[in-house]
Amino acid sequence: MSALDSAVSPVVTAPHRAPARPPRQAKVVPTAILVLGAVYCLVPVAWVLVASSKSPGELFSTFTFAPGTGLLDNLRALFAYGDGQFLLWSLNSLVYAGIGSVLSTLVSTMAGYALAKYRFPGRDAVFLAILGGVLLPGITLAIPQYLLMTKIGLAGSYWSVLLPSIISPFGIYLCRVYALAAVPDEVVEAARIDGASEWRTFRAVALPMLLPGMVTVFMLQFVGAWNNFLLPFVMLSDERRYPLTVGLYSLLAKGSGEPALYTLAIVGAAVSIVPLIAMLLFLQRFWRMDLISGGLKG
Amino acid sequence: MSPTTATAAGPRARAGAGRPGRRPVAPYLFLAPALVLFVVFLLVPIGYAVYLSLRGLRVSGAGPFGRREETFIGLDNYVTALTSTDFLEGFGRLLAYGVIAVPLTLGLALVFALLLDATTTTAKRFSRTAIFIPYAVPGVIASLLWGFLYLPTTSPISDVTQALGLGTIPFLSGSTLYGSVANIAIWGGVGFNMIIIYTSLRGIPAELHEAARLDGASELQIAVRVKVPLVAPAIVLTALFALIGTLQVYGEPTTLRPMTTSISQTWVPLMTIYRDAFTRDDLPLAAAASVLLAVGTLLVSVVLLRLAQRRAFGDA
Repeated sequence: MSALDSAVSPVVTAPHRAPARPPRQAKVVPTAILVLGAVYCLVPVAWVLVASSKSPGELFSTFTFAPGTGLLDNLRALFAYGDGQFLLWSLNSLVYAGIGSVLSTLVSTMAGYALAKYRFPGRDAVFLAILGGVLLPGITLAIPQYLLMTKIGLAGSYWSVLLPSIISPFGIYLCRVYALAAVPDEVVEAARIDGASEWRTFRAVALPMLLPGMVTVFMLQFVGAWNNFLLPFVMLSDERRYPLTVGLYSLLAKGSGEPALYTLAIVGAAVSIVPLIAMLLFLQRFWRMDLISGGLKG
Repeated sequence: MSPTTATAAGPRARAGAGRPGRRPVAPYLFLAPALVLFVVFLLVPIGYAVYLSLRGLRVSGAGPFGRREETFIGLDNYVTALTSTDFLEGFGRLLAYGVIAVPLTLGLALVFALLLDATTTTAKRFSRTAIFIPYAVPGVIASLLWGFLYLPTTSPISDVTQALGLGTIPFLSGSTLYGSVANIAIWGGVGFNMIIIYTSLRGIPAELHEAARLDGASELQIAVRVKVPLVAPAIVLTALFALIGTLQVYGEPTTLRPMTTSISQTWVPLMTIYRDAFTRDDLPLAAAASVLLAVGTLLVSVVLLRLAQRRAFGDA
């Protein structure tokens, strides 16, 4: 396990490089490679934004990157589809990803803090089980989870998608690593000596120190849940409970018979990625990616 | 377990929580929600899947009164799964896809991270943000976007090749298909892995490459000889993510299916499992195949970590 361990340990006092490094002359080839990579990553996004402005007729007839004339009609059609199903899917995605990742972050933080700051019988066994969970991708569990949900009669409900996404072994692991480095034992001990209860020590003293790590775990969980496809696809049968991913897939799957739905799928894709990209760009400055990439050899 | 864990708790934590008179209930309470969820949504489903995988329909009783009923049938389902051509061919396709997707994702992520860290490039902020953007695009939507870029009628690439008189490229059939599906995963995965490696690069003390620079090393030499060895742990981690991601590929080919006839219902193992469970209602067989896939993923991860440990960290 120590390869994973040392790869993920954070350097909270990361030796940030001195900003004043004399800039050398930029060279053409390295910069060109970098910009080429950026273009490769932007082209599909640019395409969907342009394509979403095309009317169903224009989609298959005009030049790919020529903007169309149907943006407003497309948006109207999108939000009118199936009595406003698209809006419902967006709200569902927000519920699954939003509530799921907030709860997941809280659960992971408490567990990570307990594993990092206490010694108690069974701790190593729990930690080992969590590590095993990290290596087991959640998606291979989707079908077993469905079988269980069917057994207890929850399959098809909101809970069947929400509950499994709360537990995240990787999130717990990251929180433990972060708590080890960011919360000094002296501070916890001082709070105890001042008579604070264990819960108060956690809430008032440790939690503020853990915040940057929590933002990172929240982002990873949010994006993971927002992007999840197999779990809701397996669990849900009622279209009104679909998240965006499954909803847009269902449009596409029907679209092979009905080309107008292609346009809806494209507009829907464009509308659904814009807020997430905006959120990521905004939150980018707050996350601690070094939590994942880590200090070298911990 | 590892040096980090051994020294991690520190003497103070030991003294604090284990102090006589204070019964350590707090850590169990903090862990309780996670443990309950872990048991209910990880351990119990795995256990239930294992239980189901050992069951199947058998004719009981003899003669005209024989009835088909569910009973224990031992490892039969595992034998069926492991000898099923659909399931095994799925692994073959997974291999072809993984051989393209994993090295290219990691290679590009490493190259971009090194270029971002190099002193000889500009447009860094723009490039970093642009390459990271696909991380925010769900795999299903990424497949939808690329699917349209592959379709001859909507593809800008086809516009170009047709103008040149080359006809259209059959992105979604033949062996090109593997590259096309892998490309979607590469597009979605490069940015995240790049950021992990880049953050790791930023953690290298500047003195290390300043020294190499004073000795007259070129930027390329510094990158290959100084930086890459130092970020080996981050590279191992990204390799692990990429490998696990490969074994669970599902959304991309499923989304592309309506656009092509070349993707069968059993294109990758998870699709076979889905078909067995939902189209054929053979839950025991699907459970057995799920268990096999999960155990396989676990084995691959452990082997990779062991190898990496020996290679990158010595036998310490």
